[in-house]
Amino acid sequence: MAVATREQAPAAADRGLWSWITTVDHKRIGIMYAVAAFIFFLIGGFEALLIRTQLAQPNGTVLSAEAYNQIFTMHGLTMVFAVIMPIAAAFQNYFVPLQIGARDVAFPRINAFAFWLFFFSALFLYTSFLFGGAPDGAWVGYAPLSTQLTEYVRMDYYSVGAQLLGVASLAGSINFIATIFTMRAPGMSLMRMPVFVWMTVVTSFLLILSLPVIGVGLWQMLFDRNFGTLFYAAQAQGDPLLWQHLFWIFGHPEVYVLILPAMGIVSEILPVMSRKPLFGYAFVVFSGIAIGFLGFGVWAHHMFTAGLGPVAEAGFGLATMLIAIPTGVKIFNWIGTTWGGRLKLTTPMLFSLGFISMFVIGGLSGVTHSIVPADTQQHDSYYIVAHFHYVLFGGAVLGYMAGAYYWFPKWTGKMLSETIGKWHFWITLIGFNLTFAPQHILGLDGMPRRTYRYDAGLGWDGWNMMSTIGSYLIAVGVLVFIWNIIRSWRNGEPAGNDPWDGRTLEWTTSSPPPVHNFDEVPVVHHVDDFWYRKYGVDEEGRAVKMPEVSGGALTVDTDSGGEDADGDAHDIHMPSPSYFPIIASLGVVTIGAGLVFISSGAIGFALLALGAIVSLWGFMGWAGEPITKEAH
Amino acid sequence: MRRIVSIVALGLVLASCSSNLPQSSLNPKSVEAQKIDGLWILVFSIATVIFFAVQIALIVSIVRWRRRPGDDSEPKQTHGNTRLEIVWTIIPAVILAVIAVPTLRTLFELRAPATGDVLRVKVTGHQWWWEFEYPDIVGPDGRPLITANELHIPAGRTTELEMTSADVIHSFWVPPLAGKRDLVPGLTTYIKITPLESAAGEVIPGQCAEYCWLGHADMRVKVHVDAPDDFETWAAGQLEPAPVPTTGAAVGGFETFSGVCATCHQANVRQPDGTVETIGTAIGPDLTHFASRDTFGAGILENTAEHLAAWIDDPSALKPMAPELNDLDRGRVLGMPDYGLDPDQIAELVELLESWK
Repeated sequence: MAVATREQAPAAADRGLWSWITTVDHKRIGIMYAVAAFIFFLIGGFEALLIRTQLAQPNGTVLSAEAYNQIFTMHGLTMVFAVIMPIAAAFQNYFVPLQIGARDVAFPRINAFAFWLFFFSALFLYTSFLFGGAPDGAWVGYAPLSTQLTEYVRMDYYSVGAQLLGVASLAGSINFIATIFTMRAPGMSLMRMPVFVWMTVVTSFLLILSLPVIGVGLWQMLFDRNFGTLFYAAQAQGDPLLWQHLFWIFGHPEVYVLILPAMGIVSEILPVMSRKPLFGYAFVVFSGIAIGFLGFGVWAHHMFTAGLGPVAEAGFGLATMLIAIPTGVKIFNWIGTTWGGRLKLTTPMLFSLGFISMFVIGGLSGVTHSIVPADTQQHDSYYIVAHFHYVLFGGAVLGYMAGAYYWFPKWTGKMLSETIGKWHFWITLIGFNLTFAPQHILGLDGMPRRTYRYDAGLGWDGWNMMSTIGSYLIAVGVLVFIWNIIRSWRNGEPAGNDPWDGRTLEWTTSSPPPVHNFDEVPVVHHVDDFWYRKYGVDEEGRAVKMPEVSGGALTVDTDSGGEDADGDAHDIHMPSPSYFPIIASLGVVTIGAGLVFISSGAIGFALLALGAIVSLWGFMGWAGEPITKEAH
Repeated sequence: MRRIVSIVALGLVLASCSSNLPQSSLNPKSVEAQKIDGLWILVFSIATVIFFAVQIALIVSIVRWRRRPGDDSEPKQTHGNTRLEIVWTIIPAVILAVIAVPTLRTLFELRAPATGDVLRVKVTGHQWWWEFEYPDIVGPDGRPLITANELHIPAGRTTELEMTSADVIHSFWVPPLAGKRDLVPGLTTYIKITPLESAAGEVIPGQCAEYCWLGHADMRVKVHVDAPDDFETWAAGQLEPAPVPTTGAAVGGFETFSGVCATCHQANVRQPDGTVETIGTAIGPDLTHFASRDTFGAGILENTAEHLAAWIDDPSALKPMAPELNDLDRGRVLGMPDYGLDPDQIAELVELLESWK
């Protein structure tokens, strides 16, 4: 193992805050995404606890209606835009280049810009608490409620904040697509890519195609609020439902943006821990693509009570049913992957299996929404809240937890504790079900969502109390996880390069990997290429360990014939650090602040001007700066 | 896992049997809600079977194929099985096709316009109360029956709600009677409700299901399902004008009503000389028969003199509203202001309103 040369790798091996601020290394950016997402996860989780505390008993008095509305809106916005999307981006940033055998991403500085823009936009959204309150129109921001009160800037924050976060996601998505399509190692054809990389392709396209739609909707909201336009004003022949269409044409694909990367992670972990290839690789990949396509044809199932008429409702109901087919294929293929294996029930495996089990529940309740008449009872009730938490917590969050346990060793070189990890898993699983299973019943029993209080005597008290107790148990699980991270970071067992006997290229390099990822670019011959460097099959089809090659088992076939072959880590040119992306992102967020306060006159215009100058400085500097400064 | 299943299953069983779930969609009390419930039971049953099949398959696979201590053997490297995969693509498709048939049939039945002897009610959603107008039930003075927050409909006959909103989007949801339907400004949406004969005499609660800001949780509705005769009696009573008092504290109350309350509330009154007139502006709920309602404040307060006095004294203390943001020129009404009436005025007003049965 060529560990000795790693320390001498060029570029940004230095430490300190400045090196993080100016980094363009996809791995460091990935770590920053993860840390930021985790901080926002704690904030969003705290908001969830406030909500559950308020609802523990009938006519709770912990929060006023005004506070409750802001808290539940921010809980939704935070968890979607500042937790699940960025944690997916964290894994994608760190592992997509490693899994495709690339040394970096296609646009390292756009990557840095996307991270900083996301981070400052999310922080900016939270400054709303200091200026008259946070957005309080629910994360869906339905018009004309969202345009009704211009006395507050709350929904201006919503409009601009979501817009900025969307721009950050767009930048990130373009970078991923360019990286995956142009920077794969020799031999890695599309159908040899890990499923996680495939799911990154799908989600990136979903974002590129859907974010502009809500972008238009958000601009119209801002204009209706500040410049007297009447896009959503019924009294002037505007259309309140226009917003709902624009929102959900984005919002439904967005759900798949949140869940597909988690499905990708689970599709990585199951084969490794089952010691078998993924069952039906092509089916899993194409079902993911099918989910992505169908995701654009079902948005109006969020509007089955809005009065679209039975023909449209029938069409969207049938399209929604169709999505169950590729989703079912994935679940069956995952179970098929475990069948006949030698399952190592490690923490990442437990979270992956928990993901499958919980996602089945969320998927089945999702099918009940396609039954349009039944959906008119479920819509906007706690049944829906239960459903999407089974998808986004039982699905996405458990999937990302699986990813965290699986890849933490690669990030840090140390294992997370398996013992604490199992406590974490079981507390989370039980707490999660205690919280959200009763909400199905609450919804069917008539409890609407987004209500800050309810009367006793409706049969809801016990279920609400159970749900609140469950939410505290989830919080305990999160504390256990934090403890595990801190403890393992300090004294975790050393991981080595390949602690799980992995199948994909990220396990061929050191933990953590050097700045340039691979000393020698690997050449790929198979899907799960790394596995086939370690194992063959005997005549009965069983895996057989191959004899170790001299110099260690991890020798990787390299592109020794190509002109890119360096063979020597000293000659690899990595992009130089740059502070221009962070300056540009600060400028863009300042422009956003100017837009929020545009109706306050001078302050708004001053912020706009300042933001324009700073962005111009950032982007011009960026454009004029060579990618790689001459080394010493 | 099994425990969770049993909790969910037990809960659903309890929910559908128990009688103290007045707002539950699992206790249908109209023809339409029964159709939805039938569909739900069908789909829930199929989903339950699939749920157990998949979870059991998963658990069996985990238990059977888990690596046992000391076992270092490697499994057979299967990459897939195209036939099997095609089978488990087609089976869900077939199940869904089967479910789709009753779904679409029920959908078109429920969405078809009501025909025959239909009672029409115009529903207007307001932040944060419900206005009901019966355009076909008209008094001798030509004024239709108008009421608020408590809807009366006859059992055994179809009522069609024609709904719209005066401000933001609301949603009318009385789960035992019908699926919810949004009230969208600028649009008209419809709900059909044919209450079962057996529901006569029941008061069924519901509430707004589309988030509409501060008062959303407190925007409740009560539906009185009346026997047909009781409905006729009620309607006839509601068409009667409210008497303008000539004696007692209520006289002062009427002065306050005309001077203050009438800014936003209407009442159809009969003067002592017998003339009938409508006083006030229809911004808030019509108060002609205020005392005939069981509750007020959109269903959040029992209609008692004490509650009413407290409400008039400081409405926002009992229900979160934002009257300071009212802007009548722009048609924006966000709740009833505190007019700073003195206790005597309030007592007189309560006397008046509680006499308007």
